[in-house]
Amino acid sequence: MSTQTDPGRVLTYVDALREAQAQEMARDDNVFVFGLDVDDHRAIQGSTRGLLEAFGPDRVFTTPLSEDAMTGVAIGAAMAGMRPIHVHIRMDFLMLCMNQLVNMAAKSHYMYGGQVSVPMVVRCMIGKSWGQGAQHSQGLYSMLMHVPGLKVVAPSNAYDVKGCLATAVRDNNPVIFVEHRLLYSTEACVPEESYTVPFGQARTVRQGDAVTIVGVSNMLVECLRAAELLVEAGIEAEVIDPVSLVPLDIETITASAGRTGRLLVVDNAWTNCGASAEIVAGVVERASRPVMARRMGYAPVTCPTTPVLEEAFYPNPVTIAMKANEMVRPDMAAWQPDPEHARLAHQTQFRGPF
Amino acid sequence: MAIFSNTASNIANRLYRGVRLIRRVEEELARIYPSDRIKSPVHLSIGQESVAVGVCDALLPEDFVSATYRSHAAYIARGGNLRAMFAELFGKAAGNAGGKAGSMHLIDMAHHVLGASAVVGTTIPVALGYALAIRRRGEARVVVAFFGDGATEEGVFHECLNFAALKRLPVLFVCENNQFAIHQPLEKRWATDRLCERVETYGIPAARIADGNTDTIRAKTQEVIGRMRTGAGPAFMECLTYRWREHVGPGEDYDAGYRDRVALEAWQARDEMVRLGEQLNEAVRARVDAEIETRIADAVDFAESSPFPASEELYTNVYAD
Ligand SMILES: Cc1ncc(C[n+]2csc(CCOP(=O)(O)OP(=O)(O)O)c2C)c(N)n1
Repeated sequence: MSTQTDPGRVLTYVDALREAQAQEMARDDNVFVFGLDVDDHRAIQGSTRGLLEAFGPDRVFTTPLSEDAMTGVAIGAAMAGMRPIHVHIRMDFLMLCMNQLVNMAAKSHYMYGGQVSVPMVVRCMIGKSWGQGAQHSQGLYSMLMHVPGLKVVAPSNAYDVKGCLATAVRDNNPVIFVEHRLLYSTEACVPEESYTVPFGQARTVRQGDAVTIVGVSNMLVECLRAAELLVEAGIEAEVIDPVSLVPLDIETITASAGRTGRLLVVDNAWTNCGASAEIVAGVVERASRPVMARRMGYAPVTCPTTPVLEEAFYPNPVTIAMKANEMVRPDMAAWQPDPEHARLAHQTQFRGPF
Repeated sequence: MAIFSNTASNIANRLYRGVRLIRRVEEELARIYPSDRIKSPVHLSIGQESVAVGVCDALLPEDFVSATYRSHAAYIARGGNLRAMFAELFGKAAGNAGGKAGSMHLIDMAHHVLGASAVVGTTIPVALGYALAIRRRGEARVVVAFFGDGATEEGVFHECLNFAALKRLPVLFVCENNQFAIHQPLEKRWATDRLCERVETYGIPAARIADGNTDTIRAKTQEVIGRMRTGAGPAFMECLTYRWREHVGPGEDYDAGYRDRVALEAWQARDEMVRLGEQLNEAVRARVDAEIETRIADAVDFAESSPFPASEELYTNVYAD
């Protein structure tokens, strides 16, 4: 998927994440990893496995169930010169940290007239439902994108997750690091040595001339599958991964949408006031010619547990491809990709982990 | 409220029925689970039944209970509808929330089961809100808030203790202390285990029941709730207990290394289902057991044979009319 890779080694997203943390901890003594369950046998789906053994309990430790206070602790430690990585196994729990993140982390550098900075990373996972229900399936990053002072990244592949984690740790600002659990098992070529992936630089993962499709977080994967289906209809889609949402590389997206004349933004979140709204608005404000823009995301409802409704809650390769086709050929009858092809393009059934 | 109030002749009978029904429902869920028909994470209470049963048996029908994602026990002990529960877990339209909420958000408003949340600690203040409304209306009802030891680490727990004491709210806080939060033992989370002392500093009477005995839990609940109905304000109970299965899911996880089978065996040696069962004469117990199997089989059949929700249901109940 990525162009700047060492073809030598394939790694999963979760292993890339773990490797990045280990390398940053080895590089800088001030880096520590803490959060509920980071040192248990599941180790946040494996993403913190081995860190305790390598770096000891002063630098890798679990916490009480006190997310609000622990966020403040991370902020204070960061102000004092440390570089904490605060981990949450679900993004939904960031709601308990909102006050500290919005009123303290985001503001401190400004309120102290630049005399302190808050170099912390907040790792959090989005869950795909599989009956996880209302409170364990939300992509809530747009709430944090709204607030100046916070950076927000959502890498979609193993290469970027390693490089972005290194960038996040070395960044002198609070960085919200968004991971999607369905990405954890995906593989990419990942160099062994430490490297950084810059924020504010979108990645064009597929080139095409008919429509620009932007996919956020794991929706990037679904968009690539949709692009494959669209070939069947003779449509070449350009697919872009913004990688970092704040700062956002709106120029790359605008340039592509300017070329294709069509922009479809697919988010792993609700559309209203979301990342997709921001991307569309940014392009419309900058484009030198009219661009047809559409958005897709969660259905505008709370996520249901029952599978029959849950399926309709998320965009998928078929619905994305159909939407793109409709944009390219608005006058034609609705097109549906070949069901067998669509089945192959779809991911295999997710049956947990719970 | 008694689970089979029409037929239960005495306390021992009722308590046994309660514990047995919860145990068997959850064993049945564990049996069905690998078939993938229950499309929702399940947090089982096997081993912890006596807390919910002891507390709920001391309540009146008009009282409220709130719980966590590990809510099947409180739901059943409170007389929650079994068919609706299974249907909800199977994602069917006949479930408590039309199949949209799942096991972690089990509610039964008809039986005053105020439901459950997947986010730890979040239901405690909501329970207080019900208690506030009760006080305002001058009713003699009470609210029981069930939560785990982990929840006591959240700031909101302490905020709630203070407010409940300040306003003398009719809330019984029940901490089901199974000594683990997912896989983290108390020693990694609490500076001291003197939880009751901490609570008492708010002016709230606190009791610790260490042996999981259903009768003791019931008696203590009756005592504090009796006072509460006459305006005495909140009370707190810490009930030690043990989760026999894994945190989430149907299996056991003693091979994971975070806890020891020895602890399990100590709790199994004083299994309340066995102890209460021995208090009944054998014929009665056999009849109760058979009734329970029939009820469970009926609920499973009901859930299996009911339809999934219609697709338009995706858009309902986001906003109230
Ligand atoms: C606010 C919040 N933080 C973390 C979690 C993750 N989590 C789910 S269950 C759980 C353990 C809670 O333990 P406890 O309150 O003792 O209840 P138990 O599961 O033992 O019944 C944790 C940490 C969560 N759901 N909500």
